[in-house]
Amino acid sequence: MVAARRKILLAVQLQGIWKRFPGVIANSDINLKVESGTVHAIVGENGAGKSTLMKILYGMQKADEGTISVNGTEIVFNSPSDAIDVGIGMVHQHFMLADNFTVLENVVLGSEPRKAGSLDFTAARNKIVEISTNYGLDIDPDALVGDLGVGDRQRVEILKVLYRGARILILDEPTAVLVPHEVDELFEALNGLKAEGITIMFISHKLDEVLEIADEITVIRRGTTVATLNLKTQQVTAEELAELMVGSELPTPETRGSTVTDKVILSVSGLTATNKDGKDEISDLSFEIHAGEILGIAGVEGNGQSELVEAIMGTKAATGKVVINGVDVSELGTRKRRELGVAYIPEDRSRLALLLDAPLWENRMLGHQTQIPNAKGFRLTPKLAREDAKRIISEFDVRTPSVDVLASALSGGNQQKFIIGREMSGEPILLVASHPTRGVDVGAQAAIWDELRAAREKGLAVLLISADLDELIGMSDSIKVILRGKFVADADPATVTPQELGNAMTGAVKAGKQ
Amino acid sequence: MTAALMVWRSTASKKVKFFVIAISILATLSLVRIWADVLDLTSRGTISAALGLAVPIGLAGLGGLWAERAGVVNIGLEGMMILGTFGAGWLGYQYGPWVGLLGAIGFGLAGAAIFALATITFGVDQIIAGTAMNILGLGFAQFFAKITFANLPGGGPTQSPSIEPLPTFTLDSLSDPLVDIHRDGYFMISEIAGFISGVFFRLSILTVLAAGLFIATSYILWRTPFGLRLRSVGENPHAADSLGVNVYLYKYIGVLTSGVLAALGGAFLAIAASGVYREGQTGGRGFIGLATMIFGNWRPGGTAMGAAVFGYIDALQLRDANGTAMRAVVLLGALVLFALAIFALRAKRYQTMFALGVISAALISWFLVTTQLPREVALVAPYLATLLVLAFASQRLRPPAADGIPYRKGESK
Amino acid sequence: MIKRLDTLLAPLFAVMFSVIFASLILLAFGANPISTFLRMFDYATTPRSMTLILNSATTYYFSAVAVAIGFKMNLFNIGVNGQYRLATAVAALVAGYVTFPGYLGIPIIIFISMLVGAAWAGIAAWLKVVRGVSEVISTIMLNFIAIGLIAYLMAPTVLGVQTAENVIGTPIISEGNRIPGFTLPSAPIPVYGMFFLAVALGVSYWYILNRTRFGFDLRAVGMSPTAAVASGVNVKRMTVYAMLLSGAVAGLVGLPLLLGAQYTFTVNFPGNYGFTGIAIALLGRNHPVGIAFGALLWAFLDVSAQILDLTGVPREIIVIMQGVIVLSVVIAYEVTRRIKIKRQQAAVGSAGH
Repeated sequence: MVAARRKILLAVQLQGIWKRFPGVIANSDINLKVESGTVHAIVGENGAGKSTLMKILYGMQKADEGTISVNGTEIVFNSPSDAIDVGIGMVHQHFMLADNFTVLENVVLGSEPRKAGSLDFTAARNKIVEISTNYGLDIDPDALVGDLGVGDRQRVEILKVLYRGARILILDEPTAVLVPHEVDELFEALNGLKAEGITIMFISHKLDEVLEIADEITVIRRGTTVATLNLKTQQVTAEELAELMVGSELPTPETRGSTVTDKVILSVSGLTATNKDGKDEISDLSFEIHAGEILGIAGVEGNGQSELVEAIMGTKAATGKVVINGVDVSELGTRKRRELGVAYIPEDRSRLALLLDAPLWENRMLGHQTQIPNAKGFRLTPKLAREDAKRIISEFDVRTPSVDVLASALSGGNQQKFIIGREMSGEPILLVASHPTRGVDVGAQAAIWDELRAAREKGLAVLLISADLDELIGMSDSIKVILRGKFVADADPATVTPQELGNAMTGAVKAGKQ
Repeated sequence: MTAALMVWRSTASKKVKFFVIAISILATLSLVRIWADVLDLTSRGTISAALGLAVPIGLAGLGGLWAERAGVVNIGLEGMMILGTFGAGWLGYQYGPWVGLLGAIGFGLAGAAIFALATITFGVDQIIAGTAMNILGLGFAQFFAKITFANLPGGGPTQSPSIEPLPTFTLDSLSDPLVDIHRDGYFMISEIAGFISGVFFRLSILTVLAAGLFIATSYILWRTPFGLRLRSVGENPHAADSLGVNVYLYKYIGVLTSGVLAALGGAFLAIAASGVYREGQTGGRGFIGLATMIFGNWRPGGTAMGAAVFGYIDALQLRDANGTAMRAVVLLGALVLFALAIFALRAKRYQTMFALGVISAALISWFLVTTQLPREVALVAPYLATLLVLAFASQRLRPPAADGIPYRKGESK
Repeated sequence: MIKRLDTLLAPLFAVMFSVIFASLILLAFGANPISTFLRMFDYATTPRSMTLILNSATTYYFSAVAVAIGFKMNLFNIGVNGQYRLATAVAALVAGYVTFPGYLGIPIIIFISMLVGAAWAGIAAWLKVVRGVSEVISTIMLNFIAIGLIAYLMAPTVLGVQTAENVIGTPIISEGNRIPGFTLPSAPIPVYGMFFLAVALGVSYWYILNRTRFGFDLRAVGMSPTAAVASGVNVKRMTVYAMLLSGAVAGLVGLPLLLGAQYTFTVNFPGNYGFTGIAIALLGRNHPVGIAFGALLWAFLDVSAQILDLTGVPREIIVIMQGVIVLSVVIAYEVTRRIKIKRQQAAVGSAGH
């Protein structure tokens, strides 16, 4: 990276930023230089530290070490107002808009123009139209925000920060909620802003889009800056980027005999789910899992994995066909599906897998209220449930003084172990597991993997979603990669290379191998 | 009337809308009056009484509006209204009606402050806190009434000595001629005559004050920065917070204002309507006020209309010895429902259309077969109306988006 | 063990706070709090008073359990007032007009009462599940509609009869349809026979909630709707069942008074037991034993209030105390809940997420 000595105005410069939280280092020695009037992308995997960095830049968090300079002057932020004062505006991933208000009301809230005590609607409207025209945002100030589509709402958020005089915009995962043509509209708008001298910082993990719009890219991995690339002076391929993000080593899978049988336990065809804005969360997914087979789903979080799991479990409405052990469950509810022998380890355990205010032995029954040992007919059998809860605690090494302890009192790792123990009881035929060893210590993780493998040998079919590549490669018999709700690639864990997996996961390569 | 509604839908101008509604209401009332042969439907006495009954309900509804626009559901309005009646009675009989008003405001403020503290600062469930307020308000008023009024002349354990009334005025020169015009029974003209003579007959200054409060609310909440911020707190408090709005402050303001308004409603009952504090005089109007707020789609104009309708029905049924006028109102209601059913048909909402149509037909046939409406059934009209609105018009209703959701700063969604 | 103590703390605090608050008011008006409370206590421990306490508590217990069933699922059944009044009116009409063989009438009347209560609550349930109407508003509206309906039914032109001078109500219920009571030693009046039904209800309430699949599902929805859905519960169906059950129990509220003492229903039948039920359910934390204590406490306050008038202290101080108890107990619950969460978060903070 040869830097010619010319006077470059840096809109933002972060030097040596460190941020620690109890138990984890979020940012270590981050160095970032953003040129004025450019689009600077910050890429990295989930958990790499991007959000924390942006919160520091926006004044919502304070760095432990390091300096922030804006337009050449070093500055300290104590709150977002300080950042707003120097012209930094943040467009959050989750929009902060009041649906029942008009665009105008949303934009001016908190900074209302006044005329003799009342709100000067005319002045507000004029200013909004002016900004909208200047920057090509094309927004009607009197439209009701609730009537606007996602792309328009995002532009309202951008308008909000521009209205307050922002010259440096931070966009947090802006394309996460957009469909392709909305992404094009957004990029058009961003180019318009750039032409007027606005600096844009763009957080994303979608490499193909980043390459399209950014002038410079900073890659963050595990909390630290790994590389800074200037796209004007360098040629960067998506593969290279992916490798930088994901790292060049992948764990090698354990060699073991295949236990995959011919019997199809789960068959999914044409599964599609749409969100309330009309966007497809998963579209037309089809696959089969056999007894004794673990199918791993690889992909960056937010590409449809959760929706796939919910559609299979019946907690999310979807079109298409789901057949479990020969029974068409497409029209059946969650309870009937689970009664067929489906075990479920959801990714958000406190919301979906536990009753936090109930004791462990009652949590033993959750999800299996209609089955032995929890119930016989309409009656619960607490004694048997308690016995079984005790068994789970000892077999799965759950650290708790008794089965009467509230679930909320256990540590996250122990909660997860208990949940896994519960779900693996009762000889399920299908396990749907979403990030099953998240938050679990390494020793317990290995033990859980052993359990899963043992069950697999006995014929359990497993749908495994995971962001942990160790887990995915080590456990799966086959891997499918999901991107934006569609399967884009199949991979054989024994032979896949890191680049191939990284590319497919991040969309660097659009077409997939069949 | 259907034609009128259709015109209403297609015009955006507020002035034209208002005009159209007024005309269509007058026309329909006139038709019903003629068909059912009930002169009292729009007489001066009825209209005047209707106004008087509408004011406390409307004030309670307005109070509910202020709280819910700030995101807090206040079902303790009844308790705050009771505190208002007591404050008006206690200070009113001693120092005159104006001080009585201040007394009501003070007591309402105190009650609202307790409610606000519990729900906003401590995050207690708003429904539970509201229910507790109703119990407390009643108990407090009962207790102190017994202590202070029991041995006073003109008073008793459940009643205060009489309070000097507030000034009222009547448009004397017009009043009687208008009554004659009304009695002559011309289509539409009589109705207008009835209305005008009724409004300006013994018009209490509190009614004028109440009307002023409605107009002020409309202006403050929709045309000032203060109002925008307060409403934003009820729509999306996190968004408001991210833009520097002090969410807790505005919630407090909304709740305290709601207490004051409910108490003013109580003051009206004590000072203008009966002239004394009397136990039980609120009669559930705090809850009816909530109903008018919902009926009015959380807007001051709609709430006023709702209060007017409920007040009108109340007045009619009080003055209607043999149930004939109320029967006419049933016809009126049936016609309204019929028009709405046609609307639903155009909007392709068949389930709604079917339901409304059936009810409308049932009501019309009932009207044709009977000669009077049992007064007990008449009493429940406002509640039934609210239920119908809730059940069939929920798409049209736009409560503040974050209404009833407790707010903790920093807690993300 | 410690957890038990925790739960008791809030109600105890609330009662104590209320006592202190009331004492301050008494002092301000020149009464001696200690002697006042002692007189209340003395009065309440006479056999007559104890009978009255048990009787009131029986009624309150039904109301509180009805409310508690809803609370367990985060449903607010504010409509207990309307449900029980309508149910009792209908029950009184049936009991007054129809004579059944032997004592067969009693279970039939009880059943009808529960049916009407359930049906009235069912309207609110339907509105909620099918049209998304908040059960808070709809039950409040239904309360008022019920009053109108009852007034209509009680009119002499419809079904009402003159039972005494200036009293119009349902026909006096015949011997065969009354529920006999039992008398405490040296008490002048009997305790309602329905006291036993209340005890049975408490046991069934506990059993259904804690020992059946249905109860588990219900509690799960109340604790975590998302987890309940993931575990296979059909939330809409549960909402309807819970409201129906709540309404059915509400239907029992007026029966002790109707079938045990008054034997006729008029429009002046006590109408506020629903709110009392809410207060007691809150105080007793929706627990069958807690509710029992709450009901007894409330009844004690009500009965001992009668002596207050004779001491020159308006008995309405009791209502104030009751209101303060409700408010302070919910505040106390909220405060203890936040402290508990903070404590837990601190503990979990170090272990990774």
